[in-house]
Amino acid sequence: MDEKLNQRFLELVRLAACELAPDVEHALAAARDAEEGRARSTLDWMLKNAAEGGHNSLPICQDTGTLIFYVDHSPDILTAEIERAACEAVAEATRRSYLRPNAVDPISGKNSGDNIGRGSPYFHFNQTVGHEQLRVRLMLKGGGSENCGIQYSLPDGSLHAGRDLQGVKRCILDSAFRAQGFGCAPGTLGVGVGGDRGSSYIESKEQLFRSQGEPNPDKELDALERELTEKINSLGIGPMGFGGKTTVLGVKIGLRHRLPACYFVTISYMCWAYRRRSMTIKGDEVVYA
Amino acid sequence: MRHGREKMKKIQLPSSEEVIRDLRVGDEVGISGVMITARDAAHKYMTEQDALEVREIIKNGMIYHCGPIVARDGDQWRFVAAGPTTSKREEPYEAGIIERYGVRAIIGKGGMGEKTLEACGKHGAVYLHAIGGLAVILAKSVRRVVDVHKLEEFGVPEAMWVIEVENFPAVVTMDSHGKSLHAEILDKSSRRLAELSASM
Repeated sequence: MDEKLNQRFLELVRLAACELAPDVEHALAAARDAEEGRARSTLDWMLKNAAEGGHNSLPICQDTGTLIFYVDHSPDILTAEIERAACEAVAEATRRSYLRPNAVDPISGKNSGDNIGRGSPYFHFNQTVGHEQLRVRLMLKGGGSENCGIQYSLPDGSLHAGRDLQGVKRCILDSAFRAQGFGCAPGTLGVGVGGDRGSSYIESKEQLFRSQGEPNPDKELDALERELTEKINSLGIGPMGFGGKTTVLGVKIGLRHRLPACYFVTISYMCWAYRRRSMTIKGDEVVYA
Repeated sequence: MRHGREKMKKIQLPSSEEVIRDLRVGDEVGISGVMITARDAAHKYMTEQDALEVREIIKNGMIYHCGPIVARDGDQWRFVAAGPTTSKREEPYEAGIIERYGVRAIIGKGGMGEKTLEACGKHGAVYLHAIGGLAVILAKSVRRVVDVHKLEEFGVPEAMWVIEVENFPAVVTMDSHGKSLHAEILDKSSRRLAELSASM
């Protein structure tokens, strides 16, 4: 790995910010075709905007969000080297206006100006086998949709939600109702069930790396995802909360073993401008998806 | 929005109470003229101090809830991506700002609460919804960056950008007659949620 790695990361960031993931574009187009009136025209505007961003290398949304990197790497590649290349690329991408400067010190209120700061970007490393192999997945998670995320602790008396599947359903329905159009609907819900408070949120984010058409490998969860998608779409919130049949494109659910004392249901809301891309490097070869 | 540029109502800034009172929930508008962007830091500032630098522009004018990506070309600023940000964060400030500065419209996303709706009715203002994430298309409607205030202090997303727009597309979702599309959808979806809950 060498100087080329910076350039490769820069391309990954540009791609993520400016070109909507193809599976999401498909799902939005299918939703548009099934809608009418304002819901249809709103989805049409979204698709037009995504196309313009892609053609002109312009960020499809000005909130380029939190940069979340998931890195699978062979043992010969140093994580420090990856972090350095990624951070340099992120700073350069900010100079080139692919990214908005989005890292703000919570106390002083000062914006770092280049997206580099404490815990920013966010990295998750996973060491794999092989030689000179690297897979990087990048998600840009906007702030408006992030504010729609919520964590429930079961039992929840106000929702009549107990520590069972029905309780989980009630939480997920409630989160979609609370989000209304605020998260830039149609959204996709990433759900973590179980874990501790932190890992439950991480699970909910990791679910958002799954593609739209991809069924849940667990049959029961797959059925649950379909059922909840249908129920949420019957709420009539619609694109941007203007009303319509498309409130979410999908629901993605993952489980983690919980403590006997804890039962968390955690939802992360991803906006329609669902930006995630990956790059796979093997030796000299690089593939973006 | 798609069906019919012809039914889109053109609004030239500065506007007037008469023009704004004529707008109803569901109307599509195309705005042209000079407005400012303002979000959290700017709303706090406009509330706590007399924002003389923008007073003339927002009188009979509009405030756009937006934290843009802006590029510098030589000595000119250029809007690269500029969709709306969530408006409800400004709910504690907005009614006061509408009254104090004589603002005719707030542009943002997600709608606002009862205090703002009440101020719209009392002072002749509306809430205009732009489509969230429509950053490229909305930035294209920004013809020129006229000026910027508080850039150093607030940073790029939070600064008050003075922009000249042409045919900026939005929908009236809260009007000056007490009607709010957001309240309607909330009510409707709440009834449906209760049904779903009961059948579970």
